[in-house]
Amino acid sequence: MSFRALKIFSGCFLLVFLLNSISVFAQADLANGKELFEGNCTACHAIHKDKVGPALKDIKKRRDLTWIKKFIRNSQNVIKVEKDPYAVALYAKYNNTEMTAFPSFKDNEIENIVAYIMDESVKTPAGPVPTTPSPEGQPQVNTSGGNDTLILILTVITLVLVAVTLIVFLTVIRRYLKDREDKLADEDKEIVNQGFDVMAVLRHKAFIIVVSLLLVGAGVRSLWVGALSIGVEQNYAPKQPIPFSHKLHAGNLKIDCGYCHTGVYRGKQANIPGVNICMNCHSAVKEGPSGKENIAALVEAYNNKKPIQWVRVHNLPDLSYFNHSQHTVAGGIECVKCHGEIDTMSVVRQASNLTMGWCINCHRETSVNGKDNAYYDRLLKFHEEEVKKGKRKGEMKAVHIGGTECSKCHY
Amino acid sequence: MENKKTYWRGVEELTKDPEFLKHAYSEFPEFVPVKEQSGSEGEGTNRRDFLKLLGFGIGAVSLAACEAPVKKAIPYLDKPEEVEPGIANYYASTFVDGGDYCSILVKTREGRPIKIEGNKLSPVSAGGTSARVQASVLSLYDSGRTQSFLKAGATITKEKADAEIIAALAGASQIRIVSQTILSPSTKAVIAQFKEKYPSTVHIQYDPSSASGILDANKQSFGKRVLPSYDFSKAKTIVSIGADFLGTWISPVEFSKQFAAGRKLNKSKKEMSRLYAFESNLSLTGSNADYREPVLPSQEGLVALSLLKLVSGGTSSIKSAKLKKASDDLLANKGASLVVAGSNDVNVQIIVNEINKVLGNYGTTVDINTPSYYRQGDDAEMNKFVDELKAKSIDAVLFLNANPVYDHPRGAEIKQALGGLKLSVSFNDRKDETSELCTYLTPDNHYLESWGDAMPKKGQWSLIQPTINAVYGTRQAQESLLIWAGASNTNFGDFVASYWNANVLSGASFNKALHDGVFSSASSSEETSESSTADISAAEAAVLAVKAGGLEAKLYEKVGMGWGSQAGNPWLQEFPDPISKATWDNYVAVPASYASANGLKQGSVVTVKANGKEISLPVLIQPGQAANSVSIALGYGRKISGRPKEVIGVNAFALASATGSVSYNLTNVTITPTGEFREIAQTQTHDTIMDRPVVQETTLAQFLKDPMKHRFQPMITTPDGKKKPHEVSLWVKEHEKPNHLWQMAIDLNSCIGCGACVISCQAENNVPVVGRDEVIRRREMHWIRIDRYYSSDAETKEEGKYFGSNYDALEVASDNPQVVFMPMLCQHCNHAPCETVCPVAATTHSSEGLNQMAYNRCFGTRYCANNCPYKVRRFNWFKYFDNEERFPENISMNTEMGRMVLNPDVTVRSRGVMEKCSMCVQRIQEGKLAAKKAKTAVKDGAINVACATACPTDAIVFGDVNDQESRVYKEKMVENKERAYAVLEELNVQPNIHYLSKIRNNEA
Repeated sequence: MSFRALKIFSGCFLLVFLLNSISVFAQADLANGKELFEGNCTACHAIHKDKVGPALKDIKKRRDLTWIKKFIRNSQNVIKVEKDPYAVALYAKYNNTEMTAFPSFKDNEIENIVAYIMDESVKTPAGPVPTTPSPEGQPQVNTSGGNDTLILILTVITLVLVAVTLIVFLTVIRRYLKDREDKLADEDKEIVNQGFDVMAVLRHKAFIIVVSLLLVGAGVRSLWVGALSIGVEQNYAPKQPIPFSHKLHAGNLKIDCGYCHTGVYRGKQANIPGVNICMNCHSAVKEGPSGKENIAALVEAYNNKKPIQWVRVHNLPDLSYFNHSQHTVAGGIECVKCHGEIDTMSVVRQASNLTMGWCINCHRETSVNGKDNAYYDRLLKFHEEEVKKGKRKGEMKAVHIGGTECSKCHY
Repeated sequence: MENKKTYWRGVEELTKDPEFLKHAYSEFPEFVPVKEQSGSEGEGTNRRDFLKLLGFGIGAVSLAACEAPVKKAIPYLDKPEEVEPGIANYYASTFVDGGDYCSILVKTREGRPIKIEGNKLSPVSAGGTSARVQASVLSLYDSGRTQSFLKAGATITKEKADAEIIAALAGASQIRIVSQTILSPSTKAVIAQFKEKYPSTVHIQYDPSSASGILDANKQSFGKRVLPSYDFSKAKTIVSIGADFLGTWISPVEFSKQFAAGRKLNKSKKEMSRLYAFESNLSLTGSNADYREPVLPSQEGLVALSLLKLVSGGTSSIKSAKLKKASDDLLANKGASLVVAGSNDVNVQIIVNEINKVLGNYGTTVDINTPSYYRQGDDAEMNKFVDELKAKSIDAVLFLNANPVYDHPRGAEIKQALGGLKLSVSFNDRKDETSELCTYLTPDNHYLESWGDAMPKKGQWSLIQPTINAVYGTRQAQESLLIWAGASNTNFGDFVASYWNANVLSGASFNKALHDGVFSSASSSEETSESSTADISAAEAAVLAVKAGGLEAKLYEKVGMGWGSQAGNPWLQEFPDPISKATWDNYVAVPASYASANGLKQGSVVTVKANGKEISLPVLIQPGQAANSVSIALGYGRKISGRPKEVIGVNAFALASATGSVSYNLTNVTITPTGEFREIAQTQTHDTIMDRPVVQETTLAQFLKDPMKHRFQPMITTPDGKKKPHEVSLWVKEHEKPNHLWQMAIDLNSCIGCGACVISCQAENNVPVVGRDEVIRRREMHWIRIDRYYSSDAETKEEGKYFGSNYDALEVASDNPQVVFMPMLCQHCNHAPCETVCPVAATTHSSEGLNQMAYNRCFGTRYCANNCPYKVRRFNWFKYFDNEERFPENISMNTEMGRMVLNPDVTVRSRGVMEKCSMCVQRIQEGKLAAKKAKTAVKDGAINVACATACPTDAIVFGDVNDQESRVYKEKMVENKERAYAVLEELNVQPNIHYLSKIRNNEA
């Protein structure tokens, strides 16, 4: 490879890198715009077609940015007070549906949204994106480890190649030396002619004992691990009758958990929402990122009075009593602590293993927030005394107030 | 000698059958083929195949076990706003069964009623309940109830039945509605509307436990056919002549509450009422009496008459010290005494009225101006109805929740006469004795599915609201009547609301009344003339004319079974009778003297003949039963459709006589042994406490003199001298209970032994029913039991010395024993003997003083039960749930509908594990959580256990003794410090349950 060629190559590389980094900067606005758009607008607007509100394709070509900002921040002001003719006509055209006001949007945020819309406008409208649910019964494995696997495979291939090369090398050298055996010293001859009796090694007692011990050990261990995992359904992510996405609803749209899971701050069960709660929004919102099909199935279930049979993801055995409000309200624990990053899950997955050991561990480690709560007064006082006596250390944990006693969960 | 004979093993050998020859020389038969169809010979399954199959089977099973089954979660389509799965809702309603009344709260979970609690807002029942009220929630889910309208046993649509019945009613010239007492004013208005449409209708009320005699007596004495209101709390001396007012008479929940108020002691109240009982069978009232005298059933009138003579300054014809003492006490407490009699004889009741009048009790303890309506039945009218029915002058009968073929003495006559009617309709809940004879069965809703109201007494109103939709194809009887009467709006809920707005509320809010369940209207007191029109001397003559004759019998009601309206309820069938502790049967209770004289043993089956009729029952030897008399419980022998064992016990109603008012007292009874034997399933056969200080008691006089004298205070001898038990401990350090220490104080003075707590606990904690056979094997599962002890007349020779003392004699209860009731449940010992012996630590102690039981950890060694000194642990010998074949009686766990009553917060225990009282830990946890969320300390009373909430006498007080303001702390440490004791204190197990010793108001 000539020096010149190398120069051209590195020059190209630099150029690509620079271009890349530039596009990264340009995309920052679009990404923010996309996030804001999907989080706030998609319930009523699409880019290429009308929904509850008009299609927003090429919006910047139709209206100027000042108007757009004004309208987004308070559309009713534009329509009813300023009586802007374009806005009034728009209002009438879409059945006098009031657009939610977004007074908190900053200028650059609105610009980002518009930039995103304009960027999308040039793309051809995508057909309904088919959801790709995992095959039935197959737990969806977390793919964050994908890179590591690749590296591992590459390493193994490299090592094998090295080993093969070494063996070939060795054979060649040995053959070469054998040809000149007569010129070699006796000691060297011995080394060259050295044979390796595999059978002798295999028949050796120590070898047999070590191997059988290893095998038995591995067997016992896999049995033990297997037995421990019986009934543990971590990463269970069954296919649901309607592919409801928590990523969309809780993540992008930021709907509060308690809005749908009505019992989560009140009682034992969080409760899967009744279809009437879905219909609060979906009587208007008929189309989502995945198209119309799934929402139509929901509406159909509601209209035909056919309850939806969701598949239960988190299953505690009947012998253990669990109360959501004890943890969410009294304990002040966030949902994600046990359920994982639910706002990023398109398909809900059981994030924790829900074993007793897992519960107990948390009860041992979690501090109890008893401040300004008269219920904990006696307990806190007692804890302070114990700390003074040196019997306990640190903050009052759940275990100190009986959080690991049998009858807290089993009755 | 040569034997020429041929021996052959069968015809096959003789004929050389090829099949025989094939097998003849192979010693062992082939293995049983595992495959269903093994082909040709030699292809039978061998050991390898078997092992393969076994291996595959195990593999498949373990693989299947690894894969969790897919569980569905199906939410509401349209979630009602007020229903939140996992959170209980409570609705105020009213338990009404004939004339029995109780204001209640119904706990519902996900729209299913699962538990009944008393309604504290009611001035009548004041939060009390009874076993029957508690058990009624299970009757709702009874799959033996008729599930659709029936015509001659075949299903018919409601519309068709309506059309046919309306047509038949239009053509009927004489219509009768027969019912038990109707407490509901709205229902009466419905009947009035029905009468308007069909003017020939006559409404007849009767009561299976008739109080016709009292009603007729009051008609004669005061011109009004009503029951008075009684107030036992104001009475210092109470005399009961055969009236079991604590168990079954008129309104026991209300009376128990009042009675207990007069019996409670505390720091400032050192007075108690005194109860005298003159009765033949040992009733709940008699067991709680300070003085009890057994009298023959026929002598009840004479006792009343003698008492009247004594209180009016005359002399008694009966020589009885107790009667004399009673009259002295009555006279000393004029205006603060009360005499009641259970007799259904109008003459006896006239005399009782006179006694109360002489004592000036009217206006204080007896209030005729505030009548109560618990019993309205008229025996004379019922007799007239039967006569008319027999004379065929009636052509249509509607039985409104009445079963007279079973529970009226003339049932057999009604049964015969019912056939020829043009129209017969029954509203009963199932195919029973009466409804299976009726052409139409249009089943009524259960009361938990119904709208309705009740007026237990004047000025006291109560609402019934549905807590669930009709679970079967039933329809409310009132609605049926409205439809048949051609009403424009047939919704009975609307009818009740408009009736209340028009007649009851006088402007008050209906919704408020519905929320409270009760409403008290200002009493517009109309004066009843108290001038007696009753002829005392005639009554006297009639009473004197009653002669004792031969062996006598008393037909009585059991606390659990009553007149049998809930005979299909397995909780009540397995509920141990408070006195005999018998379950699943009725029996002839005979005194020990009669049994030994006639060679009868417990369980000997005898034939009882009276009034020309006879029944066969086993014998139970009953201490306290009046000599030369026997008693038989009513309410048994009912046909219970839908159960494998359709009849339990024998119907005794047939023995009663109904000439004039119904008489439950029988004379000239003959008893003949049949030679058969039937074991009675009793839960407690050891009747006395053998001189052990389990129950500590004394008399009021003694107690006032020296409050500590009656207390057993054990001392332990140690090398350092005598010490109190708690000073001698195995344990080096005591575990701290920094936050709560849950304890209970049980007042033996207030506990009347009614057993409401037993059923309440059963409903709350998913306690299974095990059936008669298992009870006989002593495997009943109740977490709380009421131990009933008789006192013995025998004396031990030497105090505190076991050997050489007279302990055998202690086993014999006396003829008229004193009785003690003691609720016994897990004592939640702080030094629990059960905990230390569990090899897997399945039972441990909590930092709140609870003895915890982790079922999923228990593997059933039963060491704990062995080591429990109180014998309160229960072992699951079988799988009682999903096991209908073996335990069909356990309907709350074995039928699709019955399972709806289970408390979802409490685990259903499986076979092979131990269980026991958890002190309703689910309620404690719920209450604590509520306090945490509200950021307050747990308020006393905010958490209460199922047994304590059910108690009509507030004998059980539960709370946190770390809170010095709590009632349980005050009871134990302040108000009744001298009486508080732990059972078996000498063991130093340090129970969290304390008892307050029993104080009797008598002379030792």
